[in-house]
Amino acid sequence: MEQKLIVDGKRLDGRALDQLRPIEARAGVLKNANGSAYFRIGKTIAVAGIFGPREVHPKHMEEAETAILRCKYNMASFSTTERNRPGPSRRSKEISKVMREALMPVLFLENFPKSAIDLHVEILQADASTRCAAINAASIALADAGIPMKDLIASCSVGIVEGHIVLDVAGKEDTEGDVDLPIAYYPKRDLITLLQMDGMVTKEQLKQLLELAKKGAMKIYEIQRQALKSKYMEE
Amino acid sequence: MISIDPDVIKELADKGLRIDRRAFDEYRPIKIETGVIEKAEGSAKVELGGTKVIAGVKMEVGEPFPDSPDEGVLITNAEFLAFAHQEFEEGPPNEDSIELARVVDRAIRESKAINFKKLCIEEGKKVWMIFIDIDILDHDGNLIDAASLAAIAALLNAKFPKLEIVEEGDEKKYTIDYEQKTDPLPIEQRPITITAAKINGKILLDPNIAEESAVEGEVSMGVTDNMIASIQKSSPGGFTIEEINRIAEISLKKAAEIRGLLK
Repeated sequence: MEQKLIVDGKRLDGRALDQLRPIEARAGVLKNANGSAYFRIGKTIAVAGIFGPREVHPKHMEEAETAILRCKYNMASFSTTERNRPGPSRRSKEISKVMREALMPVLFLENFPKSAIDLHVEILQADASTRCAAINAASIALADAGIPMKDLIASCSVGIVEGHIVLDVAGKEDTEGDVDLPIAYYPKRDLITLLQMDGMVTKEQLKQLLELAKKGAMKIYEIQRQALKSKYMEE
Repeated sequence: MISIDPDVIKELADKGLRIDRRAFDEYRPIKIETGVIEKAEGSAKVELGGTKVIAGVKMEVGEPFPDSPDEGVLITNAEFLAFAHQEFEEGPPNEDSIELARVVDRAIRESKAINFKKLCIEEGKKVWMIFIDIDILDHDGNLIDAASLAAIAALLNAKFPKLEIVEEGDEKKYTIDYEQKTDPLPIEQRPITITAAKINGKILLDPNIAEESAVEGEVSMGVTDNMIASIQKSSPGGFTIEEINRIAEISLKKAAEIRGLLK
């Protein structure tokens, strides 16, 4: 008999169905980058660093009326149980794209024509929901860089595991669960800015998943704000 | 090429209108032609308004992945041909073509359209590999829906090539006779992908290329008869949960209509 992932409403790591893993968030963790952040949720660890707004190289990428946001999501080769081959994969390119599109709505890119904001997120350790951790770190790092923003973007995942709707998919739930749905949320406008899903759901289940995801994202939003506040309290 | 000001599209949307006079939930005319490439195991050409794509299915014998020793393999790829749009460039796949291929793949995989166990030849050793390659011939918007439709139509059109197994002592040799087509592929679901765009707060389906320049976000849902199998938000922007729920409902209805066009 295979090990059950949910017993008496508790998950393998002891969490309730609607509970996030322990989170640690810090702003300004790197010296050279214009802005940076560390975001850890359970065993998933992301570090984000920003340079910019700065001159665009290569020049032909420059846009006359707006800044460009360039995002790179990368998983360290030591971040996974089996070594992850270094270099961009099709998966990481897709994640970089959806991550950029999730963050763009809160940036005033039109205020910085002909410039680039370069964002790199490194996943140091991967235990599911890595794109969410990447967005959470990126959002804090953008604010830490002093880049004008309309709001922070907060991200988390929800899923369906053994028929139960759960918040913050982790560990075996990722590989053995039936549905994985990451979102990014823009609280001030009440907008979902990243939405992906793998797995079969009814439209009623989708509704429940999204409501739970929003609740989770709001908790993360508070932690992101705290991380920024505590950095400036220290200074 | 004539380009239309995104502001015009937005103003029209505000009045409940679209540049090509469609209703918000109306698709452009869809044309599906299958079996267009004789050398492929299956193929389909799809026209969605001015968007033209062609999907070809090729098959090979290969090794299964270690975590699914009794299942076949699906590999999906998309090529944005340089003549399909003035902004497309020759070169390796970029993030748009990668995203397109992965979104098409996800709807097929997550809906369990293919019974992968029926692609097993010898457990742990040999399985059928299905390659879906999609050529974008002409880009007039909503590539995701056109490519997804071409992919499922090509899969439904595909037949296994004849497999010959020769035993030489302990070794088995597999040769494929591509000239002889045998049984159809084990296709058990017909996922349809529906893309909705938000323009000036309005939700409309099947955005054309002019409309795509004015979107505040696009969402694509791969759906079966009664379930949603995959979702991808593409383009910058955002949706409220209420909007996403509404899109899910519309997608399930619209997909049933489009599914009727598949043979």
